[in-house]
Amino acid sequence: MKRKASAIYIMSRSKQQLGERVMAFLECIDITKEYANTIALKKISFSVNKGEMVAIIGPSGAGKSTLLRCINRMIVPTAGDVIFDGVNFNTLNSAQLREQRRKIGMIFQHYNLVNRLSVVENVLHGRLGYKTTFEGIFGRYAEGEKEEAFKILARLGLEEQAYRRCDELSGGQKQRVGIARALIQEPKLMLCDEPIASLDPSSAKIIMDYLWDINKSIGITCFVNLHQVDVALKYADRIIGIRKGEVIYDGPPCALKKETIHQIYDSKTGELIMD
Amino acid sequence: MELLVVKKRQNYIAMFFILVALLSYGAMEVTGFEPAQALIAIPQAIVWSLSNFYPTMASIKNLPAILIKLHETVFLAIVATTTGGICAMAFALLSTKGVPVFTVMCRLIASFFRNIPDTVWAIVLLLSFGQNVISGYIALFFATFGFLTRAFVETIEEVGANSIEALEASGATYGQIVFQAIIPSCITQVVSWLLFMIETNIRSSTLVGMLTGTGIGNLFNIYYKFFDYHSASLVVIMIVIVILIIEAASNHVRRMIL
Repeated sequence: MKRKASAIYIMSRSKQQLGERVMAFLECIDITKEYANTIALKKISFSVNKGEMVAIIGPSGAGKSTLLRCINRMIVPTAGDVIFDGVNFNTLNSAQLREQRRKIGMIFQHYNLVNRLSVVENVLHGRLGYKTTFEGIFGRYAEGEKEEAFKILARLGLEEQAYRRCDELSGGQKQRVGIARALIQEPKLMLCDEPIASLDPSSAKIIMDYLWDINKSIGITCFVNLHQVDVALKYADRIIGIRKGEVIYDGPPCALKKETIHQIYDSKTGELIMD
Repeated sequence: MELLVVKKRQNYIAMFFILVALLSYGAMEVTGFEPAQALIAIPQAIVWSLSNFYPTMASIKNLPAILIKLHETVFLAIVATTTGGICAMAFALLSTKGVPVFTVMCRLIASFFRNIPDTVWAIVLLLSFGQNVISGYIALFFATFGFLTRAFVETIEEVGANSIEALEASGATYGQIVFQAIIPSCITQVVSWLLFMIETNIRSSTLVGMLTGTGIGNLFNIYYKFFDYHSASLVVIMIVIVILIIEAASNHVRRMIL
């Protein structure tokens, strides 16, 4: 996997290099999510080391999005523990949960920007977790935060767009704004829910390259839900395949066999687009 | 197979029309409404209106009095809409906060106020507040509040849901989310609903005024009861003009903010 990581200047943050001793800093233990009459997740357990790029693959409805949202408690699991950076999320009150959430960036299939606001305003929304309610309501950001926003936008090739309204942007640009909003949180973990599902192939490549770059150069652990198995194989350090709420495969991409992929998607040879 | 499906759909459409016809006939039978007589009455009504219901030079001298009352009615409608709108927004925000107890409570309260017509409110309030502008205001306020809460909740859920999720995931508080995401994304629809409600309330406040003895509605009632049809017609014309002006203004505002 040789990809040219563009020269990067990044926030004065954790510069933990790969190769240093890594510790399990996200641990999911027996996560179960039940809805009224279906079980979305069945006792899912795994632990992730700092700096890993994890792709979650599986058919629609397998529970990929639910799993991702159980990690930052946007969906509250029925049972099980999430231990992130030494903190068990089950024990937190809502203020403490907000404090943890600002360490976790999230990007979405539909970008989830405020379309009527400008690009830079949307990026600065990533700082709200660090502000008091009053400061946040009136959008009082520090000079340093604004400079940081422009630095990140420049890094993502969006400096020209900074003052444009988000509804004027293309899908790929909107997703980059989404990434910028997550990056300004100075996250330790990125949760990416189908980041390229609504993008054309070339925009999708740009987005995946940026995520790869963020993961490798800043060392932010990334969780990416993907529909495209080939993309997962190409970019991820580790693949978790889930089907009907259960982990079918958990390991490096090179060890993922064709048969296992078919098992994940419940398909036969020749039925998948990648065959 | 496909032919059968088409045939089935045709049957459904035929059945629908037969059902509507039966319902209409049944309702006419029950109420004793005779369409033939109603049709015969239409030309008579037109002849009567043309010969009696038009302003004359004599009725024009009532114009200042009419304008004063009209002014009162229009402002009553605007005040009821803005205050009702603010309360509705507060309730809508509370109900979309994601706390099930609030959601159920807010929706029940709003639906209670919405499902009682403003004229019924006016009659009920008359008993406690008497024949004055306060009863009219409160009646309009209740109806506006109930309707707009529903409209705002739907707007927030439709337009704001995605960005609410994003900001929540980044650790923002609900207050921050309201001002940074919900209000910026919903403001055009909210203004649109408010303008629509002002138009509706001008019409309603005329009707409510007849009951509470205030505003332009009461003036119309007086002219009508004293057989001064010329002045009454002038009142109707003035109301129509005001509604047209408000409509044009709100269309202009809508175009500006979109």
